[in-house]
Amino acid sequence: MTTLTAKDKQTVKAFWAKVSGKSEDIGAAAVARMLVVYPQTKTYFSHWQDQSPNSPAARKHGKTVMMGVGDAVTKIDDLKEGLKELSELHAFILRVDPANFKILSHNILVVMAVMFPTDFTPDVHVSLDKFLAAVSLALAEKYR
Amino acid sequence: MVEWTDFERATIKDIFSKIEYDVVGPATLARCLVVYPWTQRYFGKFGNLYNAAGIAENAMVSKHGITILHGLDRAVKNMDDIKNTYAELSVLHSEKLHVDPDNFKLLADCLTIVVAARFGNGFTGEVQAAFQKFMAVVVSSLGKQYH
Repeated sequence: MTTLTAKDKQTVKAFWAKVSGKSEDIGAAAVARMLVVYPQTKTYFSHWQDQSPNSPAARKHGKTVMMGVGDAVTKIDDLKEGLKELSELHAFILRVDPANFKILSHNILVVMAVMFPTDFTPDVHVSLDKFLAAVSLALAEKYR
Repeated sequence: MVEWTDFERATIKDIFSKIEYDVVGPATLARCLVVYPWTQRYFGKFGNLYNAAGIAENAMVSKHGITILHGLDRAVKNMDDIKNTYAELSVLHSEKLHVDPDNFKLLADCLTIVVAARFGNGFTGEVQAAFQKFMAVVVSSLGKQYH
């Protein structure tokens, strides 16, 4: 995994500033897509009464996830340290297989393309992809 | 044999009938070369690939992007036998072009992103699932003849 360059950090912060107003919608759309396109991810939500992609539980979860992403943007200079508690949560309590971080990241990128087609340029895409990979790595830190 | 639902067949035909090949093709290849720069290894003779602007303006990239996208037409027309449809192309990519088949997925992901941007909310989760399934079959078929 590569480190984020100064350009990556700048690009991510600038793009996030543009899109964070819609972060709930982004999160809801990304989780909804994930549940539809990768149905195996539903196994983590068997405790939801309503596992349909646009259920209130799914929307709420999307909001939670994007709040985490937004928080990660503020901690972009030291994700490992900054996301330590979230990593412990995912490692010991949620025990989400880290392969799923890649899946959700992909769907976040698709939603960015859908919602911000002109702003989501190739340069923004590569920096955001790297950022989400770095976040995923930081989240997996405490697993073993 | 891959089973396709009516929805999946209709979705794939619909997408490929609506996209502008000379916009989507170049945008997809250009995005791949920027987001996954190691893929530039296959395009040493293409000239300026130094940055996103250079790649976007590169005429050889654009032309090749269109070629690649039209290559998908064969699969769209032969959804029930993509594996055999692409046997020859698979051999070409393996024996002549020496492309690492892992790269096919990277290009497929870029195409998904470009198509998503093109269709906006029309690119629903269900449409995305059908499109990704189609591309997964294409990618697998292109890798089949490698040995």
